[in-house]
Amino acid sequence: MLIYIAKRIVYTLPIMLGVTLVCFALVHLAPGDPLIAVLPPDASEQMKQQLMVLYGFDRPYHEQFLRWIWRAVQGDLGGSIATNRPVATEVFKAVGNTLMLSAVATFIGFALGTFFGFVAGYFRDTVIDKSASFLSVVGVSVPHYWLGMVLVIIFSATLGWLPATGAGPGGSDAWAWDWAHVRHIVLPAITMSVIPMGIIARTVRALVAEILSQEFIAGLRAKGLSEFGVFKHVVKNTAPTALAVMGIQLGYLLGGSILIETVFSWPGTGGLLNAAIFQRDLPLLQGTILVLAMFFVILNLIVDVVQTLLDPRIQRS
Amino acid sequence: MTIKERPILEIKNLSVTFTAGRKPVRAVDGVDLSVARGEVVALLGESGSGKSVTLRTILRLHNERRTKMEGSLLVRGSDVLKMKTRELGDLRGRTVSMIFQEPMLAMDPVYSVGQQIIEVIRKHEPVSYEEARKRALHLFERVRIPSPERRLDAYPHEMSGGMRQRAMIALALACKPEILLADEPTTALDATVQVQILLLLRELQHELGLSVIFVTHDIGVAVEVADRIAVMYAGRIVEIGPVRSVIRTPRHPYTRGLLSTRGHGGRLSGKRLPAIPGSPPDLANLPPGCAFAPRCALADDRCRAQAPSPTTVDEGHVVRCLRTDATTQSLAAADVSA
Ligand SMILES: Nc1ncnc2c1ncn2[C@@H]1O[C@H](COP(=O)(O)OP(=O)(O)OP(=O)(O)O)[C@@H](O)[C@H]1O
Ligand SMILES: [Mg+2]
Repeated sequence: MLIYIAKRIVYTLPIMLGVTLVCFALVHLAPGDPLIAVLPPDASEQMKQQLMVLYGFDRPYHEQFLRWIWRAVQGDLGGSIATNRPVATEVFKAVGNTLMLSAVATFIGFALGTFFGFVAGYFRDTVIDKSASFLSVVGVSVPHYWLGMVLVIIFSATLGWLPATGAGPGGSDAWAWDWAHVRHIVLPAITMSVIPMGIIARTVRALVAEILSQEFIAGLRAKGLSEFGVFKHVVKNTAPTALAVMGIQLGYLLGGSILIETVFSWPGTGGLLNAAIFQRDLPLLQGTILVLAMFFVILNLIVDVVQTLLDPRIQRS
Repeated sequence: MTIKERPILEIKNLSVTFTAGRKPVRAVDGVDLSVARGEVVALLGESGSGKSVTLRTILRLHNERRTKMEGSLLVRGSDVLKMKTRELGDLRGRTVSMIFQEPMLAMDPVYSVGQQIIEVIRKHEPVSYEEARKRALHLFERVRIPSPERRLDAYPHEMSGGMRQRAMIALALACKPEILLADEPTTALDATVQVQILLLLRELQHELGLSVIFVTHDIGVAVEVADRIAVMYAGRIVEIGPVRSVIRTPRHPYTRGLLSTRGHGGRLSGKRLPAIPGSPPDLANLPPGCAFAPRCALADDRCRAQAPSPTTVDEGHVVRCLRTDATTQSLAAADVSA
């Protein structure tokens, strides 16, 4: 098993390298002048040259790339052009916030999604199933920034129960798991949880229905197991796929939270990416994308390994 | 003279109708069948004749919301169809257990085979995990699985077909049941493995004094394992009797059709039942008379008008046919010419 995990990690390395290359290429091949944000409009050609040298933009691409990677492995993602602060600090703070929001959202989505999925799968083709399936279709199709705004209108503007924006007193640096802070994560997390909930519910429903129609369920009943005893088997059969879908959904949320973070002014990577793009802050943009992409790759690795651990049918060689 | 013991399993006028589809499907239609303690009854019939449905009804494995079950089904005198969930849970796997046709599909793929046996033991008996595991190991030795210790931890997909069926037998016998329902336990296996599994089953049946209903397509197998043969057609038992009597003097035209194209010798061959011209009736749309009449060379207007009631033609040999006169005659003629 350990050998299998080690192998999987080794296989991941070239993927990571590829991801890094794509990140770099995307950012550098985009048109536009990287220094436009910091240079005054009337800057002299000489000053521009100086800055190009300072940031290393005058070197050939492959050299820039290698230097960037070399530093990145050591945890240095360069300095932001706009703010001059180290990119790594900013990125990790923001990624931390995004990760927290996405994880809470995924957890909510997983809990509700598996619940609806199991109920629908168990009561297939009944009113209960149809309602649960309808809910999950709605969950997947509703534009979630719109849902976010509706929730804000209801729960913040009208009822005043929950705050509409921010991460609580003292901003994200002072985050704590107390109500004063947690109430800030409720609305964005619920908004964000809707899509994973729908997808997980649909997946689990299909899985449960398929498993329940299999012969071994009759086999389990024939042994004298109670419905609850059979249910435990259904859960264990559903788990590998359901958890894999959950992991993948978490990955999507990590990269796709920009809109929701903007709606709720959540101090995550969404805001950072926005700023980086509009200010053409190349090191910041590169660094953020790179860290997000790495998280995605690592998440996929974890999903694979967990799935292999849970499902004896997957070859472990 | 011994007083005749009450049969351990008594099925009386059992009908099973599936109501899920547009039209109700009457898969079992008035089946009477009793099995004595230690007796083996082979249930023979074409595909779709209702053998599996009958067997599954004994454990009430059908979806109750979509199935109507009528009649009575007594196991040691108590009616399975009237049992509460609790009693049913105690019956299943303990008094009555089942071997499925395809053990690969009948076992949970994500539990090891050992775990599945331990589970059934611990469901029915208050023993520790270690104790149950020891029992499982014994069972594996009993059904002659090589390196049993290691195989306990194997998953179903890691075993060969024959090995899986042995494990399935171990699972079925784990709680020392009195009645064993075997639904084509060898059909999915290679011919040589079939023979081994059959011999194993027969040996265990003798040792444990099991009562068995053995569903099969294969007349050779039925002759080999059974005391009595019941022939099923379109949800009814059309002929039942001691093996010798049914094989030597079949009275129902359907049974005769089944037997006619088969060579003698009662081999344990993997041969399927020979084809009889025509096809079985649509169970959602049964004819009013004998269900076999449309395919029967002997059928007359009476046959098409009313379903025949059981007639005893010999000691313990019962046939549902109105033309037993004709079949008996032709049997006599065959005897003379032989
Ligand atoms: N759950 C169900 N719903 C509706 N019809 C069913 C159901 N189960 C079985 N049937 C129908 O009942 C009839 C009898 O099926 P059964 O499985 O008992 O046949 P069988 O004699 O065991 O055949 P085989 O030799 O192929 O196993 C078939 O026509 C089948 O289509
Ligand atoms: Mg069958």
